[in-house]
Amino acid sequence: MSQISLPDHAGPIETVWHYLYIFICCLVFLFLIAPILVIIPLSFNSEPYFTFTKEMLSLKPEAFSLRWYQDFMNKDIWQASIGNSFFIAFCSTILATTLGTIAALGLSRSEMPMKGLFMGLLISPMIVPLVITAAGIFFFYATVNDYVPLTGTYLGVILAHTVLGTPFVVITVTATLSGFDHSLTRAGAMLGADPTTVFFKIIMPLILPGVISGALFAFVTSFDEVVVVLFVASVEQQTIPRQMWAGIRESISPTILAVATILICISIVLLATVELLRRRSERLRGMSPG
Amino acid sequence: MINKLKLTTFVAAGAIALGAMAAVPANAADSLTVVSWGGAYTKSQVEAYHKPFTKKTGVEILSENYSGGLAEIKAQVEAGSVKWDIVDVELSDAVRGCDEGLLEPIDASILPPAPDGTPATKDFIDGAITDCAVASIVWSTIYAYDKSKFSGDMPKTIGDFFDLKKFPGKRGMRKTPKANLEMALAADGVPTSEIYDVLATDAGVDRAFAKLDTIKDSVVWWEAGAQPPQLLADGEVLMTTAYNGRIFNAIAAEKKSFDIVWDAQVFDTDLFVVVKGAPNKKTAMDFIAFATDTQRLADQAKWISYGPARKSSAPLIGKHAEAGIPMGPHMPTAPENFKTAIQNDFEFWADRQDELNNRFNSWLAN
Amino acid sequence: MSEQLTTVDGRPLKAALASAERTKRIRAVLLVMPLFIFIFFSFLYPIALMLYRSVENPLIAQHMPETVAVLENWDGKDIPGEEAFAALAKDLVAARETREIGKVATRLNFETPGLRSVITGSARSAGKWEPPYKEKFLDRRKEWGELATWATIKRLSPTITSVNYLAAVDRQFNVDGEVVMVGEDYRIYVDLFMRTMWMSVVVTVSCLILGFPIAYMLASLPLRHSNLLMILVLLPFWTSLLVRTTSWIVLLQTQGVLNDLMVWVGIIDNAQRIQLIFNAQGTVIAMTQILLPFMVLPLYSVMKTIPPSYLRAAESLGAHRFLAFWRIYVPNTLPGVGAGCLLVFILAIGYYITPALVGGQDGQMISNMIAFHMQKSLNWGLAAALGGILLVGVIMLYWLYNKLVGIDRLKLG
Repeated sequence: MSQISLPDHAGPIETVWHYLYIFICCLVFLFLIAPILVIIPLSFNSEPYFTFTKEMLSLKPEAFSLRWYQDFMNKDIWQASIGNSFFIAFCSTILATTLGTIAALGLSRSEMPMKGLFMGLLISPMIVPLVITAAGIFFFYATVNDYVPLTGTYLGVILAHTVLGTPFVVITVTATLSGFDHSLTRAGAMLGADPTTVFFKIIMPLILPGVISGALFAFVTSFDEVVVVLFVASVEQQTIPRQMWAGIRESISPTILAVATILICISIVLLATVELLRRRSERLRGMSPG
Repeated sequence: MINKLKLTTFVAAGAIALGAMAAVPANAADSLTVVSWGGAYTKSQVEAYHKPFTKKTGVEILSENYSGGLAEIKAQVEAGSVKWDIVDVELSDAVRGCDEGLLEPIDASILPPAPDGTPATKDFIDGAITDCAVASIVWSTIYAYDKSKFSGDMPKTIGDFFDLKKFPGKRGMRKTPKANLEMALAADGVPTSEIYDVLATDAGVDRAFAKLDTIKDSVVWWEAGAQPPQLLADGEVLMTTAYNGRIFNAIAAEKKSFDIVWDAQVFDTDLFVVVKGAPNKKTAMDFIAFATDTQRLADQAKWISYGPARKSSAPLIGKHAEAGIPMGPHMPTAPENFKTAIQNDFEFWADRQDELNNRFNSWLAN
Repeated sequence: MSEQLTTVDGRPLKAALASAERTKRIRAVLLVMPLFIFIFFSFLYPIALMLYRSVENPLIAQHMPETVAVLENWDGKDIPGEEAFAALAKDLVAARETREIGKVATRLNFETPGLRSVITGSARSAGKWEPPYKEKFLDRRKEWGELATWATIKRLSPTITSVNYLAAVDRQFNVDGEVVMVGEDYRIYVDLFMRTMWMSVVVTVSCLILGFPIAYMLASLPLRHSNLLMILVLLPFWTSLLVRTTSWIVLLQTQGVLNDLMVWVGIIDNAQRIQLIFNAQGTVIAMTQILLPFMVLPLYSVMKTIPPSYLRAAESLGAHRFLAFWRIYVPNTLPGVGAGCLLVFILAIGYYITPALVGGQDGQMISNMIAFHMQKSLNWGLAAALGGILLVGVIMLYWLYNKLVGIDRLKLG
């Protein structure tokens, strides 16, 4: 039942308008996706430029090479930044998911007082401009460093990324819980299960898709984050985005394009995961798939 | 399926995290963190200073890049968690950092004398040793062009850089008032010896900005030293201001047909400083004494065309280590290049940079 | 005689219910508390601390106590007497010994350019001087004979100051203590705030114009097809911001793909390649693409809930197809339009990375200036003040968003 298809009685103006509309939509989709796809072939450029050479356009094999991927694999700094990115993102995701899920359980209870205010405060890190968050955290770390060293440490970056990641977990888990049938927990409790058992046996399996997709958001947020890293990390905590940032500002080499291509592949995998989870979640909650 | 997915994700992530932890370099006493500007410049330091130092002492040197300024040093010192030992800074930052207590004082007596016995304080050029810093090189901001893009006349004077009629095309300039205002005044006919006297007046600043106005629409602004050679190579600009060593490197190592115009070059020193509270202060001092001896400074000049800060190093300058080009004529301090040189006035910039940055940013935006 | 309802163990039912209610409430609050405490200490408190930085001003009072004390009674009409110069000498020498003089000099220099060398230079000499000092100071630097110098020191004496906020709106105190605009050539922040707003509006409107048709298409196609097209929206959403910014550099630079294409097609000559990036327009293009998914997703989720029968009903009642769309469909999408626009606008005014990389000379936004003062000029007070103003703006929008849309209706993906 599509409104897009042209009705049989359409006049010439409507026909033109209809095709124009489809054309416009195609252009917008192109605008969205082309910039991302265009760098993939360029990352196989054998020349150190950002432009398609004539040889590339005529598909000569010698115009393509894996040299920028080799460059990426061989440079210690890139290797270290991959390790750092995964380590920081992994730790902050665990923290953000734990804290966020517990808070979402509380927030979604009907007895929770001042729900709106708490919700607003808890997801404010998502709304406040990153540069302000980064500046605030920078000043804060500078004052508490005598007690806990945070500036230029892994702990500092992980905590900051946890702050940025929790809103996503809170939002996705609260959303999953909005369709949650609370009589299930009561049923569990009546059957003699203690709260921990109820949580792990009943609540957890049902909200798991929300938790995982929140965790993925938190992971990507940390994995892609550069402003906070610029402000509070030292070179020891060099991450992939930080390295790309330096690369774009200093010397534009196609190595960045190779890294970008790899990151695009990672995001495609993540995207597929989230999509699968969403379908599963909706199936579990008895909604129609899609 | 979800459980399986969860398990694999967690196992994979855990393995990676463990690997990352193992890969974190140990910042023990047998290592030293030296921070510099990256690219060809850092490479020259690694070849001339870091490798011989590691060979001699066994101390491992971690080389890191930054893009200038005191922010990171200030943040580390104020936060009390200093990660950096030695930083390569510009003179104005060395002076300001010393005044603000961000740097360790350096005792000039640790610096070795010249081979002929001249004490270090006499051997270094004027202003190369300050309370907290020891200079290693003299570098300059020049402008350069790609010879292959010109058929007739080549640009020769600073006036040509600002002459869009004679040489139509884009210009590259560093996105800061520093050096640009000086060059603008020189192009406007101010003798190079009087630049800062003129610039100290409001009328002089107006005059410099008026001159910049004439090419504003054709300027591509760069921020990092590695960009200008790239801009020239890509044909994004016809001429660009640049650090002379970067252009030389493109000529020598990458066989580019670039040429440097030395007229109204703005020269400055780069200095080693030790961050206040550096984790390896003692080793850092040893490194500075080692790196700024006569031979080491001359060695650096084999890799990049920055002039050594010691007079006794000049005769030892040889040929480029890879390209075999004699380095002497490519130095900012070569007599041929030095005639109209402008020495960067750090006192002027330390005083006026905030004000002029504001004006520059305001000018850029409008 | 009314009998009170009680529970099995004899407690009044009302009280038992209330206490059970309270336990539940406490349990809910306890669940929220860990995250709240975490967010409070690592986010809300740091931001409050930053705002405090924008008004605190301890340096002068701390390191020039004698001068500050003497200047307290100074009327500001004439150059102060020997007493003030003696105090100044004492302060400068002491500050030089503790190596704090540079911070004092820098703080004063932010306010009155040129004072840095006056302070450090005089401090270097003052150690060797004997009283009387006035002559010697005036000989050393003529600035000591100017009212502006003393007025600056006096103005910065209090430990709480408004100068950072004034500077953030291109204003300063003059010698007489009145608030005036800074010189025309030095004005920057008001324009920059305006430009940031303007660019954000342009980005928001562009996102709406581009996002509306495709959200409509996604909402009205059968799921099989729309899911496929949805990937085109979600993939950019999930792709690294730096990757997308890099792509725009690749596409738009003068030797880039788009210019190549135009030369190849023959629209422009090889010599007349167009400067598409490293300016405001390049920044707007890149930001529009980057933020477009934030517009499409809320629009889509609202459009999904509008029954297609509304349109059919209107048409069957004789309304023209376009009229029906405009009068019936569009008003129903307004919640989505509001949500998308506010989300995009809030994100846009705080944008930093993209303008920094592709902004060039006139595509910079206020965040870039905040970062500049944080990292380059080290004027942290001013950076905090600029951040404070931006924050107030964002909070107002956030409040509006909550009012119009409800913050708990925020959806992702």
